[in-house]
Amino acid sequence: MAEKPAYLTQLEAQSITILREVAAQFEKPVLMYSIGKDSAVLLHLAMKAFAPAKLPFSLLHVDTGWKFREMISFRDKLMKKLGLDLIVHTNTAGTEAGITPFSHGSARYTDVMKTQSLKEALSQHGFDVAIGGARRDEEASRAKERIFSFRTKDHRWDAKNQRPELWNLLNGRINSGESVRAFPLSNWTELDVWRYILAEDIPLVPLYFAALRPVVERDGMVVMVDDDRMSLEADEAVEQRMVRFRTLGCYPLTGAISSSAANVAQIIEELSDSRLSERANRAIDHDEAGSMEKKKQEGYF
Amino acid sequence: MTAGGALQEKGLLRFLTCGSVDDGKSTLIGHLLYDCNEVSEDGLDLLKSQSKTVGRAGDALDYSLLVDGLMAEREQGITIDVAYRYFSTPRRKFIVADTPGHEQYTRNMATGASNSDVAILLVDARKGLSIQTKRHSKIVSLMGIHHLVLAVNKMDLVDYNQQVFDDIERDYAQFAQKLGASNIQAIPLSALAGDNISAPSPAMPWYDGPTLLSYLETITIRDKVQGKAFRLPVQLVNRPDLNFRGFSGCLSAGTMSVGDKVRVGSSGALSSIASILTPDGEARHASAGEAVTVTLGDEVDISRGDVIAPADDPASISDQFAAHVIWMHQKPLLPGRQLQLRLGCQSVNASITQLKYVVNYEDNSQTAGKTLKFNETGYCNLALDRPVVFDTFKNNRDMGGFILVDKLTNETVGAGMIAFGLRRADNVHWQAMDVDKQARATLKAQKPCILWFTGLSGSGKSTVANVLEKKLLAQGRHTYLLDGDNVRHGLNHDLGFTDADRVENIRRVAEVSKLMVDAGLIVMVSFISPFRSERRMARQMVENSEFIEVFVDTPLAICEARDVKGLYKKARAGQIKNFTGIDSPYEPPEQADIHLYASDKSPEALAEQVFADLEERNIV
Repeated sequence: MAEKPAYLTQLEAQSITILREVAAQFEKPVLMYSIGKDSAVLLHLAMKAFAPAKLPFSLLHVDTGWKFREMISFRDKLMKKLGLDLIVHTNTAGTEAGITPFSHGSARYTDVMKTQSLKEALSQHGFDVAIGGARRDEEASRAKERIFSFRTKDHRWDAKNQRPELWNLLNGRINSGESVRAFPLSNWTELDVWRYILAEDIPLVPLYFAALRPVVERDGMVVMVDDDRMSLEADEAVEQRMVRFRTLGCYPLTGAISSSAANVAQIIEELSDSRLSERANRAIDHDEAGSMEKKKQEGYF
Repeated sequence: MTAGGALQEKGLLRFLTCGSVDDGKSTLIGHLLYDCNEVSEDGLDLLKSQSKTVGRAGDALDYSLLVDGLMAEREQGITIDVAYRYFSTPRRKFIVADTPGHEQYTRNMATGASNSDVAILLVDARKGLSIQTKRHSKIVSLMGIHHLVLAVNKMDLVDYNQQVFDDIERDYAQFAQKLGASNIQAIPLSALAGDNISAPSPAMPWYDGPTLLSYLETITIRDKVQGKAFRLPVQLVNRPDLNFRGFSGCLSAGTMSVGDKVRVGSSGALSSIASILTPDGEARHASAGEAVTVTLGDEVDISRGDVIAPADDPASISDQFAAHVIWMHQKPLLPGRQLQLRLGCQSVNASITQLKYVVNYEDNSQTAGKTLKFNETGYCNLALDRPVVFDTFKNNRDMGGFILVDKLTNETVGAGMIAFGLRRADNVHWQAMDVDKQARATLKAQKPCILWFTGLSGSGKSTVANVLEKKLLAQGRHTYLLDGDNVRHGLNHDLGFTDADRVENIRRVAEVSKLMVDAGLIVMVSFISPFRSERRMARQMVENSEFIEVFVDTPLAICEARDVKGLYKKARAGQIKNFTGIDSPYEPPEQADIHLYASDKSPEALAEQVFADLEERNIV
């Protein structure tokens, strides 16, 4: 394990404090586990926050059915190892309607299989707070979001009318039916997350590390052919390339980057030199200007 | 760069930028991000294309576009809300709170300042000190920030003239002296051209101080809380099984060690630290800023909101204190209205009992006021419904800073900084009486309660209450009727009809009713009582079953047609101000206990309906 820098210890303490506030202020919290590196850090912090007691939260994964296979097997193994119960929710109506990232475009697909699915899961289980791993450095509209971010009964976010957050005081008071999205990693950056993973030796999905993988280039994005549901165009050919992923999501919408970074230390080195933003390879953020802000108003994480 | 980097030793620095709308805050931060390589290639592409379309920097890059995130902000070229930005250099990690300079400035600046160690105050070199500069300085000082950078921006537009800079620096030093500020560093710069941001400006060889970035990288924040007695506000009790009972929280001051003798804030119980669990495992010591779980040597009753502190240096306890309050909501503060106060992990009911003065940021003067409007700051006395554990804000921001929450909308409507406690609440006890409410009620053979009649002027509240009281009296009940008009001749003759006075009017009547319930009476209150908040406050003063809200529901048009006292006519003519229903709002009950549709029934029939309801409730 690497030495943990002072500023990471400070970030860690702040996040743990936020997680404890969630447990203290709400009746039915749920931690959004999306299998990625931010979720991994979030889960790690949550286990620390309540040790030696068990996690006082439910865990929820909104599964679109299009995640990388390696993500799902990693998820199932980890839950078993930690002895945690995970709720897996899929918008079955969307699946039955045949909505896929290939047939319906990323915007419509994301709305149905992620945003609507998430809202459905939160309402169905009556969770009054959902904890997510989003960070303010990810995207411009996220930079303005509160740590306790209020949602109306319809799960909507009103960017212009947010509760001011002073000192360490988080106001989680809500009326029945309303909810809060809580973001304990608000003040972390992508590099902070990686340095923390290094210092704490947190296990990750292997997709983050460079390896030879079968990919095709499509619309300027390097897409991994993860299963046979992806049909190839006439001019496309699968090739083996040394790639890795900076973020993980649905495989048809997540671009790989060329890289030889095969462990956490090498990734940190690569990122320190890198001049491409983290979400540059995510198709859904590029649909139109302000697209993340619009999705968030509608209830997307 | 090696893995993990070398930026550790200085840790985290949080700062905020403030200044007027066009002083160049967003440009400055954008430039800092740019110089620290925090702008990605795709971000840069976006910046280049947006600079051409919506940018306001001519042909140059408009760095402010890197910072203004919301769609409306980019369209209007302004910053609406506090935005947080992150960058790091090999020496330090920074969190920037970018706060807007326009209307909602006080709220946003106070929010940004609440977690900052340093404030960067931008001044336009062409304009010198402005009213905004002085306002912002005052807010920053009120929020307890002791390190200030006077960033004299747009030096490129005054030909990098040293005299301009020297004059502004001198003017500010004079102003700051009055404010009692210390640790001021003035830096001449150009956020647009990049002078003295991260590299010394060749255009200003006469300046030999630090660049902005090197100042931020090297400044040592003498952390005032580190040397003080420790405070551990308990967030939650960690009890996985019978063998472990830990108390989790984030240390807000000092250092604690295993074996230390401790006192628990609210009860005063004594014990000692048995173990400290940190995120990295068991430890002998823990210091301010660390998130820990401790166990104690004795079985002590502790719950969320308690504060663990050294036995010989505990925090203060009081249910009344003096504080500065910044009002953060469009609807003004109404002294007397009950709010939720959150301090550390404690939540209590509170009201502002006295607004001593409103702070005037422009000239540092004080003016008298009855309410606080959006973004105003007042110096107030507050009374709580039970004592809280605290330190003064000057000594500890986390133990002396609080927020005020509206109990109906749940919005955060204010923030406050405790100046001092007004008395030691633990010296004032309730005098225990041998004859209690139960005994008095039993003697009268009745169940005491409050019948709270609310409705517009002329709706028939007093008429119905009067008929009802006669009926109750005839049955041998002990009653009292508090009438709005009558009480205003005596107890409340000093109150007018502003929103603030209406709140106080109801508060006093609610207190009197409570005493009468304690005396065993059936109390009828006949008051317009237009606000839900105050009716709710009155309800909370007694047992829930003892409060019966009676809504005398007569439409405004009918009340106005009746106009028994001729008041509506006067109000319409503008001779009476703040008349409910005309130019002052009435908030009807959402779920009255008894709803009287009063327009087409006789007072006798309505009184009968209330009486029948009381029978059902076993009150008569």
